[in-house]
Parts: sequence; structure tokens; C-alpha cells
Amino acid sequence: MLEINNLHVKLEEEDKIILRGVNLKIGAGEVHAIMGPNGSGKSTLSYVLSGRDGYEVTEGSAKLEGAELLEMEPEARAAAGLFLAFQYPVEIPGVGNMTFLRTAVNAQRKARGEAEISAGDFLKLVREKAKALQIDAEMLKRPVNVGFSGGEKKRNEILQMAMLEPKMCILDETDSGLDVDAMKLVAEGVNALRGAGRSFLVITHYQRLLDHIKPDFVHIMAAGRIIKTGGPELALEVENNGYADLLAEGV
Amino acid sequence: MTDLDLEVRDGVDRETIETVHAMSGTYKYGWSTEIEMDYAPKGVSEDIVRLISSKNEEPEWMLEWRLTAYRRWVQMEEPHWAMLHYPKIDYQDQYYYAKPKSMAVKPKSLDEVDPKILATYKKLGIPLKEQLILAGVEGAETMGERKVAVDAVFDSVSVGTTFKAELAKAGVIFCSISEAIKEHPELVKKYIGSVVPQSDNFFATLNSAVFSDGSFVYIPPGTRCPMELSTYFRINAENTGQFERTLIIADKGSYVSYLEGCTAPKRDTNQLHAAVVELVILEDAEVKYSTVQNWYPGDENGLGGIYNFVTKRADCRGDRAKVMWTQVETGSAITWKYPSCILRGDDSQGEFYSIAIANNAQQADTGTKMVHLGKRTKSRIVSKGISAGRAQNTYRGLVSMHPKATDSRNYTQCDSLLIGDKCGAHTVPYIEVKNNSSRVEHEATTSKVDEDQLFYCRSRGMDEEEAVALVVNGFCKEVLQALPMEFAMEAQSLVAISLEGSVG
Ligand SMILES: Nc1ncnc2c1ncn2[C@@H]1O[C@H](COP(=O)(O)OP(=O)(O)O)[C@@H](O)[C@H]1O
Ligand SMILES: [Mg+2]
Repeated sequence: MLEINNLHVKLEEEDKIILRGVNLKIGAGEVHAIMGPNGSGKSTLSYVLSGRDGYEVTEGSAKLEGAELLEMEPEARAAAGLFLAFQYPVEIPGVGNMTFLRTAVNAQRKARGEAEISAGDFLKLVREKAKALQIDAEMLKRPVNVGFSGGEKKRNEILQMAMLEPKMCILDETDSGLDVDAMKLVAEGVNALRGAGRSFLVITHYQRLLDHIKPDFVHIMAAGRIIKTGGPELALEVENNGYADLLAEGV
Repeated sequence: MTDLDLEVRDGVDRETIETVHAMSGTYKYGWSTEIEMDYAPKGVSEDIVRLISSKNEEPEWMLEWRLTAYRRWVQMEEPHWAMLHYPKIDYQDQYYYAKPKSMAVKPKSLDEVDPKILATYKKLGIPLKEQLILAGVEGAETMGERKVAVDAVFDSVSVGTTFKAELAKAGVIFCSISEAIKEHPELVKKYIGSVVPQSDNFFATLNSAVFSDGSFVYIPPGTRCPMELSTYFRINAENTGQFERTLIIADKGSYVSYLEGCTAPKRDTNQLHAAVVELVILEDAEVKYSTVQNWYPGDENGLGGIYNFVTKRADCRGDRAKVMWTQVETGSAITWKYPSCILRGDDSQGEFYSIAIANNAQQADTGTKMVHLGKRTKSRIVSKGISAGRAQNTYRGLVSMHPKATDSRNYTQCDSLLIGDKCGAHTVPYIEVKNNSSRVEHEATTSKVDEDQLFYCRSRGMDEEEAVALVVNGFCKEVLQALPMEFAMEAQSLVAISLEGSVG
């Protein structure tokens, strides 16, 4: 599904190197987790994959189903099936959440040469998905993320994911700042999307999310590199001992 | 809001994006109609004023009124206090009167109007048949049937007005002003120039001398106008100025919603448009006046486009009178326009909602005046200025609380959005408060279009122009919501179209 090879990234405006040779291969239907200390480059990796400005790829490649992502516009990556649930979802004043969703769904359909979804079908679909995430009609009407609580924002990201049905989902600390119930909702939302060859890359600091979303592989990222890869037990090790031992090992 | 509202609103936004994509070009109304015209000789003089008056078969008092204005105008100087730069206008190098030959004898009904002119309006999407307007969005049927009466002004003349008979049943007079001067002289004589006097300002005075046509509306006491009224202005002829004059009188306790639209062909030369709109609003009456101004803006290098110098003013003459101006200004090379409210009656209210977009080489200097004269008068100003390309966009506003306007309130919110770094936004608010019990609040923001917002949209699959259109429409939401439904849709797509090419 996703194959990242020797990815090196620096900031465009400064000489600061953030990613120093990331290698990662995610097969269809697999769930991978990335853990790692703050500032190790996890969000940067997710932004670079989705095409945000401000970064310069100095080396390496990232392919989604064989197609080079790094050469595509962000919207083309989305249409190709990539989705990022933002660590900090962006507020868009004045734009209704529904309008946003519908514009996005249809933009992707159009890019893929598919017919647009009818207003009726869209409404039915959005209501059904929103219900599962306990997002009420009121929240669907409000402007995108404006005045949403932290938990509401994260659930809203999962709603977008559910509506867009991407192939490769990246979740950047979607569990941070959520209470136990909200986290369960998010995890259920993700689990409902598992299967059908859909792959996930879950960035998190906490084992508790991985209790709900069982990963196939866990990677530890530090200083712009993946320094260790293992099974679910690696996440438990971090939970119990922190990163210190792993970091020492990694050097 | 009910659930239904949401669905409709939602459909509206969607519609916008589709429309924008369907119109992959730039200015959509830039074509012209080949039509034989009668022109008055170029230039303006007493003779031209007399000619216009006689072409319109006006009574003597009207001619005298025009001549008074003309004699005044020759002594006036063009004002230059606005933040606008344009070459000197040669007032003698324009036609002041252009009338399709087929209109030499005024058609008695729309069926008699030259098919070419009818086809022009059809192509513009203006319904000149007396038909129901369905808003064209899913769910709209459920909002009930809607009718909109149209007065179509083509260059210097009104070619026809729809639904006149049905309106007459309600006692509403809706016709061209040239017709009103002949048919309802007592009303015109009483009210014309009573809000914007002949000597008001250079452009209004010129208009008073040479206005050729425009719309007239009278709503009798206690009457709620049974449908929306609208005037659609089309400049077609080359080198021709359009000087229309609109007079709306809302008698005691009446209500009317009025819409105004304007387009013009693409031409390399600049064309002058100097209109005057007067609203007289008596006790307990309410007028909503909405404009979607989409005159040709010139090309991306600033060649051609309409010079739009407009004087619009509402006089809330009676107690508890209410006026709401809503404008979406996307066209014109130059916009000089300050729809104003004179809040004379006690407890009268004025509102001004504005979106002004300037892209490429466009310049807009627009805003409002709220003149509080009566007690407990209230006004609200919401201005959204968007600048892109090399454009300059100025909000200029005056809020004035007179000594007798005790316990009055104003709230002003003035937001500017910049797209790119070669454009400019300026805010020039004047505030005068001459009593101790009134309160004026002013908030202003200037921001750049947010890269994170655009990226967020694009990461969900929208292309850059779609993303900008969505974010800008969000920025303008408050004003768009103040528009009637059909106009809201048109305005949303216009916002998007006028920003084409502003990113990337
Ligand atoms: N746009 C930026 N400007 C400046 N520094 C940045 C920017 N993006 C990332 N960084 C820096 O790069 C490093 C990695 O950040 P990030 O990818 O957010 O880490 P993580 O998500 O693992 O906590 C940090 O030192 C951060 O400050
Ligand atoms: Mg992060």
C-alpha cells in the first residue's frame, strides 16, 4: 500500500533537517503504529506524505500503490486514497461542516471520474456515519471545527475519514486529549473502517489506544528515523519503561 | 435553523462550486448583442439634456429640474478624495443616450420587444416571462412558489417590466422611471431629489441632468409587496455611459424587498456608470435593497472595465422605519459607492452588509454612512473586503450621532482578507458622536487567507481554487446570508469566479 524509502526532509525556510532517512512499508490491510518522543518528526512525516508546503524533500520517495506521492498535489494524493487525521484540525469559520464534507466527497469523486453523490444520498450517509460517532445534527451544521472541543474535533476527523473512505489512513495523535469514552468512540470508528484492504498508520503516545486498535507492527521514531520495529509488545515496553532505553539502544 | 434550511443552504454551497467549474472562463457576461441603436451626439450640454428629456416625452417641470442640475454640474469638480487612481475622464467623449432602434416606439408589452433584446436577457439568465422562479436547488420546491418581478434596463431605456398587472392589484406601482414621470407625476415630483438632492455631489448631479431611465416603485400604506422586485441593468453599447435613477417609496407600514443586478460586455475602453438610488421609507415601513454588482471589471492588466460612481441613499423618514442595504460588489474597474442611511425617524434602523471583492487591477472604495438624527436609532455595518492580485480595496465609513439622536447605537464590523502580497486593504472609519447617551462600537480585522485552511481543504481533495472559494465564502457568510435565496447563490458563485486566477 504505502512504501517510504530513505525519506530525508528539511524545512524549506531554514537549514533544519527533520527526517533523516525514514523507511517504512505498509501492506494492504495492515495497521502500523508509530510512537516516539515529542519533536522526533512524526507529524512532519504525516504532513510531507499529504503534501503540506514548507518542507523540502532532499532524498527518498513515498509511493502509494506504486504511484509517487511526493510529486502529486495534495488534492491528488487525497483522490488517490490518502487521508490524514490532523493532530490539530483546522477551523474554517463560516463554512458549514456538511458543506465542507460534501464538497470534499464530490471533489474526490470528480477527480476519480465518478459521478457526484446526490444531496439525498449524501445526507443519509452523513447522518448514519455521524450517529455512530455520536456527532449530532447541531455539530454538522456548525462551521468546520469552530468552537469544537478537542474531542469533537478529533471525532470530526474520523467522520471525514469515514465519509471519504480512503485506502491509506494516517492518524496523528487522534487520541491525545481525549477522555476514555471519546477515545473508545474514535477507536470504534477506526475499527469499523478496517478490512477491505484499508491500511492505517497510527501515531500515538499511548498504549491505551492500541488496546482498542490492535496494530500489526509498532515502530519507534526518534530524531527523524525509525530506530526500532516490532510487534504490539513494543508498545507495551514503551508504556512501562518510556523511551529512554530504546533511545540508548538506538544510538 | 431547521434541518430543511440546512439542506438547502448546503445545496447552495455545492451549487456554487459546480457553477464555478462549469464556467471555466473568466467574466461570464462579456459578450455583446449586435443591435441597431439610436445615439444622441457625443458629449453633454444643455441641448443633450433637452434631447433626453424630449426623447422621454417629459413634462416641462422635469426638464427644468434636469437643467438646474446641469447648470450646477458645470460648476462642480470631480471629487478625488477616494483611494482611486484612474486617468482623467473626458465627459465629452461619451454617449449619454443610446436606445435600441426597435424601441423608438415603446413596445406595449413584452411580446412586442425586439427578440434580440429578449434573447440577451435570456442569455443573462434574467426571466422576462412571468414565470415562477424556482431557486434551482434541491429542496427549494418546499419553500413555496416564488415570483420575482423584473424591470429590464438596456443601455438607456427600460425594455419592459414583468408582473405589472398582478402588482397593480396589490396597489404596488412598479415601472420604469420614465413611465412614472408621465403616469405618476405627483409621486415623482414629490419625492425625486428629496433624498439625493440635485446638487448632492458631482456624479449624482450629472445623473440628475442626464439620467435616461431606471426603476420606480411605490408601495402603498400597510402593503407587503406580494413578490420580490428587481431591476436588471445591462450596458451593451460602446462608449456609452449608463445613468439610471431609481426611486423607491415605501409608504407607512409597507414592506418590499428589491434586487438589482448589473453586467456589461468586455470592452477595451472604460465606460462610465453613474447611478442614483433614492429610498424613501415612511413610518413603520421596511425596505431591503440587495445589489449584485457585476459590471465588467477590465482584464487582468487593467484594460477596460466600468467606472462605477454610484450614490445610493435611504431616508428613514418616519418613526420605526427600517432599511437594509446588502451589496456584493465583484465587478467594475473602479467602484465608488457608499449606500447610506439617514435615520431621521425615532427608533429607525439602518443596516449595511457588504462584500467587496477586488482582483487583478480593480480598485474599490466603498462603504456606508449612517447618519443618526432620531432618538434611539440603531445601525449595523458588516463589511467584508477581499483583495487579490494587485487590487486595492478601501472601506470608507461614516457613523454620525447628532445631538438629538440620544440613546442611539451603532455596531461596525469591518474585516479585510488579503490573497497574495501585492494587493492592499484599507479601512477609513469616521466617527462623530455629539451626544452623551449614544454608543458606537467599531471592530476591524485584516488577515491573509490562511494557508493552513487551504491545505486542510486540499488534503480532503479540493483543488486550490475550490479551497479559496470555500474559505472566502465562509469569510463572507454573514453577508451572503442577508441576501435573498436566488441572489445568495449567484453571489456565492460570483465570489468564486471573481477570484479565479488569484492563487497559484
Ligand atoms: N514548520 C516548522 N517550522 C519550524 N520547525 C518545525 C516545523 N515543523 C516541524 N518543526 C520542527 O521539527 C521537529 C519535528 O516536529 P514534529 O514533526 O511536529 O514532531 P512530532 O510530531 O514527532 O512531535 C520539531 O523540532 C519541530 O519543532
Ligand atoms: Mg506531532
